[in-house]
Amino acid sequence: MPEAMESQVTAGTPLLSDASAVKIAARDVNVFYGDKHAIKGVNLDIKQNEVTAFIGPSGCGKSTFLRSINRMNDTIDICRVTGTIALDSGNVYDRSIDVVQLRARVGMVFQKPNPFPKSIYENVAYGPRIHGLCRHKDELDEVVMGSLERAGLLNEVKDRLDQPGTGLSGGQQQRLCIARAIAVNPEVILMDEPCSALDPIATAKIEELIDELRENFTIVIVTHSMQQAARVSQRTAFFHLGTLIECSDTEQVFTNPIHKLTQGYITGRFG
Amino acid sequence: MTTLQGRDTAHTVRSYEEELNHLANVVMRMGGQAEAQLASAVQAVLRRDSELATRVVVADARIDEMEQEVHAFTVRLLALRQPMADDLRAIVGALKISADLERIGDYAANVAKRALVLNQLPPVPAVSGLPSMARMVQEIINDILDAYIEKDVEKALQVWRRDEEVDDLHTSLFREVITYMMEDPRNITACTHLMFMAKNIERIGDHATNIAETIHFLVTGKALPLRRPKGKAETDLNPPVVD
Repeated sequence: MPEAMESQVTAGTPLLSDASAVKIAARDVNVFYGDKHAIKGVNLDIKQNEVTAFIGPSGCGKSTFLRSINRMNDTIDICRVTGTIALDSGNVYDRSIDVVQLRARVGMVFQKPNPFPKSIYENVAYGPRIHGLCRHKDELDEVVMGSLERAGLLNEVKDRLDQPGTGLSGGQQQRLCIARAIAVNPEVILMDEPCSALDPIATAKIEELIDELRENFTIVIVTHSMQQAARVSQRTAFFHLGTLIECSDTEQVFTNPIHKLTQGYITGRFG
Repeated sequence: MTTLQGRDTAHTVRSYEEELNHLANVVMRMGGQAEAQLASAVQAVLRRDSELATRVVVADARIDEMEQEVHAFTVRLLALRQPMADDLRAIVGALKISADLERIGDYAANVAKRALVLNQLPPVPAVSGLPSMARMVQEIINDILDAYIEKDVEKALQVWRRDEEVDDLHTSLFREVITYMMEDPRNITACTHLMFMAKNIERIGDHATNIAETIHFLVTGKALPLRRPKGKAETDLNPPVVD
């Protein structure tokens, strides 16, 4: 398919000069849904221990690209990915990769909080248990409490760990999902519009959490809120029609974007 | 559609577009007023017209009001629209430019106040040096306002460079005035006022260069990296040696 071969020039600094700081390196990534070319030749470095935000209009491919990092797109039959996405040095699309292991390294938080219909405790304990991370009950307790603590939820739920996770408020449920994601000690957390269903206070708590988590994790977040991208991320990538148009430091993108399309989108002048 | 800010595409939210245009309009009106104030102040000196000078002093309050309007409107836009990119720079730029224009207005009013005093004293010949300097500064203000509304960085840079000429004219006027003072000590009071007027006009030129720098920032997103060319060295301000 010749379309896949066309190389895209991305404005800004999509590739980092310091290779040692790169956690995820995507090279010439193309994603197809059947005949639809959803992601076109994306080259992008994602920096370790930073928050990278993906922005762009609906259907621009930002979520598709996010989901290709931990191969969530594998679940879609007609979806095909070409190019490489290297996590540290290994290509996640390599034949030898165990997808379950990959998703333990690259966790995900979704738009709508989706706790399991189980107790708060079991929601967090599920991952460590299936991955066999804890040998004893004490160890598991420690991981669950630690994860709830890091997700800023422990104080609110410590007296009702046996109650269903679905009984929490939306914001609490989302933090429970974050606790669940970090319980297996991933290296990367992907977040697909994690605050779009939350009120401003719950959003602020998640944003504060994201800022704390980046000390230990590399975070990639898809958001429709430009203000959120500006608040939480260090780097921002702007997608349009499947192409990575621009990626630079967040400050640069929101004060002085290079590409006209970026400028048009973030100021609300999209033609 | 090309908007007042010289953009190809208008904002999706029309009221936001209108607000941005309104802000640029207030700044332009403020600039026009400041320009007119300087012209009147200089006329008041040349024609020894105390009535005109008084009008200039009173009218300065109008520029101050417009500055307040720009401030309030800017805060409102920042809070309600959360502007980004060139919109953000346009709004911050308007805030900065309005502060410079307000100072320009103050300097013009100061010239008018001194004109009131000068008109009580016998005329001094040195007054003749003032108009050419004032004319140059008026041109500079006119050009810088054009550069602002046209988002013309090149024009702004021309103004930025021309300030050197104003500085040079100021220096030569300074030397001229000192000579008159040396010739006849009875000229000292009038000449001192004249010297301050020249200084005020020279400062107006400096504010015009500030505006040029702001225009450069709001159009390109980058601060001007260069140092502005300076007039002749400060030592030239030494009085001429008389044998």
